[in-house]
Amino acid sequence: MDLLKLISDIEQVDPEVYERLDSRRRVFRHVSGMGKTLGAAALPGFMSMLFNKAYGQGSATTLPAPVADVLNLALQLEYLEYHFYAIGLGSGTLISAADRPAITAIRNDESGHVKVLRGALRTQAFSASDPTAAAFDYTAGNRFNAVFSNAAMFYAVAQSFEDLGVRAYKGAAPKLLANKTLVETAFRIHSVEARHASHIRTLRRGKAAGVEGPAAAQTPALASNLAERPKSWVSETDSGGPAAPFTAPIYGAGTPAVGVASQIYFPAEDNYIQNGATTLTGSAATPEIDSSAASEAFDEGLNENKVKDIALFFRSAQGAALGLFQ
Amino acid sequence: MPNSLLPGGSGLPQPEQTPLTPLKRRQFLQYAGASASVAALALAGCSKKDDDNQPITPVTNTEVGSGDAGVLNYVSAVKLVTSAFYTALREGNYFKGLPTSNSAEKQILDDLEKHESVHKNYYKSLVGANSTSGLKQLETDFTSLDFNTRLTAPGAARMGVLNAAMLFEDLSVAAVNGSVRFLTNPAALFTLAKIVSVDARHAALIRDLVSYNSFVATDVVDVFVPSSTTPGEGDGTGMERLKTPTEVLTILNTYLKEGSKITAALLV
Repeated sequence: MDLLKLISDIEQVDPEVYERLDSRRRVFRHVSGMGKTLGAAALPGFMSMLFNKAYGQGSATTLPAPVADVLNLALQLEYLEYHFYAIGLGSGTLISAADRPAITAIRNDESGHVKVLRGALRTQAFSASDPTAAAFDYTAGNRFNAVFSNAAMFYAVAQSFEDLGVRAYKGAAPKLLANKTLVETAFRIHSVEARHASHIRTLRRGKAAGVEGPAAAQTPALASNLAERPKSWVSETDSGGPAAPFTAPIYGAGTPAVGVASQIYFPAEDNYIQNGATTLTGSAATPEIDSSAASEAFDEGLNENKVKDIALFFRSAQGAALGLFQ
Repeated sequence: MPNSLLPGGSGLPQPEQTPLTPLKRRQFLQYAGASASVAALALAGCSKKDDDNQPITPVTNTEVGSGDAGVLNYVSAVKLVTSAFYTALREGNYFKGLPTSNSAEKQILDDLEKHESVHKNYYKSLVGANSTSGLKQLETDFTSLDFNTRLTAPGAARMGVLNAAMLFEDLSVAAVNGSVRFLTNPAALFTLAKIVSVDARHAALIRDLVSYNSFVATDVVDVFVPSSTTPGEGDGTGMERLKTPTEVLTILNTYLKEGSKITAALLV
């Protein structure tokens, strides 16, 4: 009986068998060393132990604290976004007919993300019940008082949330590496947030030029006014974002801001040094890839504490009582 | 120059001559810092196929390998084809006919060509920095695309520029999302994350050009359908649909010439 062939066969019906075994690495190493030499008599008991460990419920349902922490921050950001879009959709003519399908789709995506993250966290979620809209202050302390009556302001805040979300998931992803299901989940949410960010930016270009719907996508970005007519991706630091200087930290550096190639660090969005090497090509006089293109080609991550510092501006007293973004 | 991309024309865009290294474990370990995928390699080496002394893939195809190096090779191949596409379309009548100023589509396709070129060269630097032998040249085949047409109807004999751009951008995102589970190195994971969100931004904009408000449509996202006003109550997840390496390569290989096709037998 070839144990590894058996595992290979099991893989036909359970593609995650290696993952199940791999997450119990000590058991796994035991198999690698002994699989082919175990006596026939010892094998059944050994097999039983092995697969009980791989498939048993055990304590595997409790996530390590750093994992639960990053998932809870993600969950709180999803609530922040969900209620923002839900209030927007309920605010009279704030969202035009041309934009309602998109904002409805985004709100629904955020709701799905709440479901997925709660499903992963279960009893480790920061709160047993859902925070309501009252947990958030979308004026950010009277900075955006017209956020639910002025469309330009609403979409400026929307872009801020989406771009922040992209950076937050990116910063968190390395902490989820040991759990293949969770890292995959984070990536699959992360790319949807990036799609949202892209669309909101496209929509804002159109609004700034006085058009909406398909004409928005036909509106060029203005390098001289990236705050109001941004590209659908982050160019340099977008001049501080849609509401500089308040939104500048969303595009700025995190902590640590510098590091060496093999480390995880969080430079500002205008970074063009990747893995220790410049991504600029050509000469200063005749660039092929200039600093704008090079910075646009990579989105940068942001560390948890920096994300929380920014999100705290959007927390109400009730949200503080719930411990949001702490 | 005569347009070499007309239907039935003899010329094709210059094939992209970018090396894609097969599994080069030593190099990978340098990059990955001797990480934990040794265990996975040990298992792979003991599979049925190996026991039978059968080669895992035909020799004409390039096998990307396993673990972090395999994933980087794999996403590098996707990126190579995508980058070659944005370079090739510039010779077509559609792109050439775009106004040189105040054209969103000109601006977008210029940007995408640059971004994808940066990505391609960056991945190349990660997977093959010091390679001097064993390189596999990948040659693209875009004969199924129509670079003279902006957009073709579904089911058309050849895809237009925006149809193909949408395909390659969505495919790039689905490929990364479907391969992160094979990574063991946090820096490699972080690198993929930095690039995939830019590709997702590209994909959303191209989709909005093709059909406005389709940036998170049901073909790319497992759309969440709420059953109440309570967040999280409803069907679906709001997560992007992923594609396994096998699913991605079935599509990607149609844009690679015979002898340049890719397999990912170990990324399963």
